[in-house]
Parts: sequence; structure tokens; C-alpha cells
Amino acid sequence: MVILLKAIMISGRTLGQGATCEAKMSPQFFKATSFCTLSEGDYNSLGVSEGGNVLVRTKFGEVVVSAKMDAGLPAGVIFIPMGPWANAVVGPETGGCGTPQFKGVEAEVEETKMPVMDVRELFADLKTRGDAS
Amino acid sequence: MAEDVLCPFCGCLCDDIKVEVEDDKIVGVKRACKLGSSKILGHERTKAPMVRKDGELVETTYEEAYDRAARILKEAKRPLLYGWCSTVCETHKKGILLAEEVGGVIDSTATVCHGPSIIGIEEKGLAGSTLGQIKNRADLIVFWGANPAEAHPRHTLRYSSNSSGMFTSEGRKGRKVIVVDVRETRTAKNADKFLLIRPGTDYEVISALRMIVAGKGDLVPEKVANVAKADLEEAAAMMKGAKFGAILFGLGMTHSRGRYKNVDNALSLVTDLNGFTKFVVMAMRGHYNVAGFGQVSAWETGFPMSVDFSRGAPYFNPGETAACDLLARREADAMLVVAADPVSNFPRKTVEGMADIPVIQIDPFPNPTTLLADVVIPSAVCGVEAEGTAYRMDGLSLRMKKVVDSPYPTDEEIIQNILDRVRRLGDDN
Repeated sequence: MVILLKAIMISGRTLGQGATCEAKMSPQFFKATSFCTLSEGDYNSLGVSEGGNVLVRTKFGEVVVSAKMDAGLPAGVIFIPMGPWANAVVGPETGGCGTPQFKGVEAEVEETKMPVMDVRELFADLKTRGDAS
Repeated sequence: MAEDVLCPFCGCLCDDIKVEVEDDKIVGVKRACKLGSSKILGHERTKAPMVRKDGELVETTYEEAYDRAARILKEAKRPLLYGWCSTVCETHKKGILLAEEVGGVIDSTATVCHGPSIIGIEEKGLAGSTLGQIKNRADLIVFWGANPAEAHPRHTLRYSSNSSGMFTSEGRKGRKVIVVDVRETRTAKNADKFLLIRPGTDYEVISALRMIVAGKGDLVPEKVANVAKADLEEAAAMMKGAKFGAILFGLGMTHSRGRYKNVDNALSLVTDLNGFTKFVVMAMRGHYNVAGFGQVSAWETGFPMSVDFSRGAPYFNPGETAACDLLARREADAMLVVAADPVSNFPRKTVEGMADIPVIQIDPFPNPTTLLADVVIPSAVCGVEAEGTAYRMDGLSLRMKKVVDSPYPTDEEIIQNILDRVRRLGDDN
């Protein structure tokens, strides 16, 4: 049976994200931003194997990221570093102030065997134009 | 060795960096944090201008890239000129001229960062200060939804909780630190008092603190957003008891439910506290010159961001004229991206609005925006390879240095070249 965790997703800066954010096509940026941290209890409840992945789903989209434990997180809150993986599940609505709600997105999390997409794969479906006009 | 170099990474704009240069190449960086030294030491660069042909980016000349960019912007009905956080004010000035020339919308990365703070400040006003005043005088620092340990690593030591100044010679020992956050961050571990709140409850926690500060604590329930009333009373007493307090807030406030209203309420709390003692408040601005764009835009157009020139005169209505709104509504029909990476930093559904329109990118580095770009124009790195003016998070303007030569043109030169061509295209019509 798949165990489903209901959580609130927040995104934000980390030292690793900041140190690699001008090198976003590098494996270092991938490593620094394509994961999700969970509280110890939440991590254990999902039954994720070490180095395993989770699928994070919100009403705006879904993304596979690797899972890590963070003792600083309360139960029911998950954190993904600022970047394309976090933004795959953030909504476009700006509440009339121009800024999407990057923190506090209702999410469901489950263990998955699917791989984490790299940055090119994340956007591979988007470029449909042929030539610069 | 280049001395007193300014760091072109975050809003701290540290001005004491030492850069070791050998044969016009940077070989070492001293004093900078991990974020700053990583940028100054450099990363993979976009080698040459590129245009998209048959779906692939192919190298071209700068002249061809400028021509293509000018034509795209001139032909668009609703061009969006976005970014500007990691470049200098001289570029901003040219960018605003270009936006006016093409009747476009110009917006900065503040719109996905401290834009709500700016709106909140417009509503309420700001009891502000310089970082120097905080360093020299503050005996209480409140980090609210901010994690400088990871986002502004030298802030605490240079300007705030752990710094030593004229009247704060004991440094961290002589100050109290309160951290309010939804998780126990590295910054929270340095706190005397940590309030763990539920995500999206900043507004109600601020309101409860305001009630207690105003002497109406008997109306506050025993728990507010999972925080015990006794903890709120203790924090309020620390605030009222401070000689000089400073609330330094981050994106925890602007990215959460409530957004600009959270900031609005925090500014009111600071106003209330000034009835008892001296209190100031400051947004922990992210990129090193995102504050500078707000300054230049305000004095050139009257508005700090999200400025629409399509009516002939500047018009500002975030929610309507902000970059994310224009893209989400599929309203922008061309986009110029300068010194930013919206494909990484906008929600995926918003990025989809960039997929079917021509995108021009001006940036030193390849990034996911390059994947969607039709014209890519590599530039010099401001603050390393080009000089110019930048504004620190407290509004202090500082001069960025050029440390080494670059084969790439500056952002300012690139925008000027596109602007000249746009004007010539106008003459032809």
C-alpha cells in the first residue's frame, strides 16, 4: 500500500543553492536543489529507502525529488530549495500583488521509484518555437 | 591583490573582499562567504551570442543578436522586460528607456521576492535605518521569516546579531535575538527566543504581538498559531524592553499567505513599538542590486517595479502589470530577460507563458532561461568585470569595482546597442 503524507510545502534559499545558482546547468546545482527535506517522523513514515525519492504533488503539478531528513522541520512541513524542482509544484496565482505563493502550498508526498528529472528534462516539453523571429 | 572589492551576490553588498588576480585572472577570494566567493571565482560562461535556428541555438555575432533582439521588441505588442537584479543601476536606466521606447512593461525580480514588502511599505511607511545604525546601536534583533545563516551569511557578523559596534562593543553577548520561523533554521539556533509558527500565520502572530504590546493581552487566546501566549508575552516584553530594536524580515513573510499584508502588519507593529522605544524594520533584500532597480525605477518613472509604458505614461498595478501575472495570463508576446533566471524562479505554470513567445536573454551564465531563449547575448559580470552603482539592502549606494578585463560587453552596452537599433527601426517606419 502506498503511504500518502499530507504536508505543507515551503521553498527557500540554502547555502548550496546560493553557491551554485549562477551555475544552474551543473551537476552541483542539481544536487543542491532537487531534493525535499522532511521531519524525522514524516521521513520514516513514508518508508523511503536511503537515497530514495519521493513524489510531491500539489494542485499545480508534481515533481520527483530525492528525500532527506531535517531535524529542524516540524511534522507536516516539507522544504524544497528554491529552484525549478520546487517551482514545479508552486501555483501561478499572485493574489493581486504580483508575487506567487512560494511558501505554504498544500501537498501530498509519497515514496516513488521514479527518477529525478534533470534540469533539461524538466523543461524539454516547453520550447515549441523553431526560429527567432 | 585587489582590495575592498564589493561582492556582487546578495543585498549585504560586503565591501571588504580581497580578490587575488594573476595575469588578469582571478585565482583567489578572501573574506567573502561561500555564496560570494563562488560567484567571484566564476562559473561556466556562455561563450558567444546565439540565435535559435530550426529549434537549436547556434552561435552568431553580437551585431546579428542585437538586430534580432531589436526586431523582436519592436514588433511585439506587449513586450516584457524582466530581471535587472544582478546588474548595475546604469543598466537599469537604459532598460527603462528601452521599455518606454517599445511601450513595454519593465519589472524586476523584486516581484518574486520583496515586491510585497514594497507594497506594504507604500501602504504604511517605513521606520527604517541603515545597517550601520543597527550594527552600532541595536540591542535586540528580530529575524522574522529570514534565514541569513544561509541566504546572507555575513549579515549577522557584519551588521546585525553578532556584530560589534560603537555602542554594542560586546557583540552577540550584548544583544538579544528573537527568531520567528516555520522551521528551526540555522539562524534560529542562534536565537535567545525562537517562536515556531505554523506556515501562513504570520499575520495573526503579528496581530497578537500588537495586542500584547498595546496592553490588551487579556484578549489574546492561550495559543496563537501553535505558539503559547506566554511565549508571545515574553517576546513582546523583550521588544518593549529594548533600547533599540530591529525587525529584519525575509521571504517567509512575503512568500506566505497574506504576503504584503503580513509586511503591512509588521510595519504597524514597529510603529506601535516606537510608542515605547526606538524600533526599526528592514527587508533582507536578496540579490545585490535588486534594491537598486527599485531606486532607479522610482526616480525615473515614479514606481518601483512592474511599470507599464503601453499607455504612453508609466502605469503601476502589480497583480496586473507584474511579470508573473503577464505571463500567467499569456499576455506578454515577447520577453527580454536581463541578469535573472525566471525559468528557474517562476512557478512552472507561469514559465509556460514564456514557451511560445520570443525570449531574449542577456546574462553571463547559461541557465534554464537559456533553454527557452531565442536570442542569447552573453555579458560581462558586473562587480567583477564591469563597474557601476549598486544599492545595499538598506538603500546605501556603493560603487562596484571592475577587477579584471572581460571579452564580453557590459549589460549597459548591450542594452544601448538594442535601444539604438529599436530607435532606427522606428525611424524607418
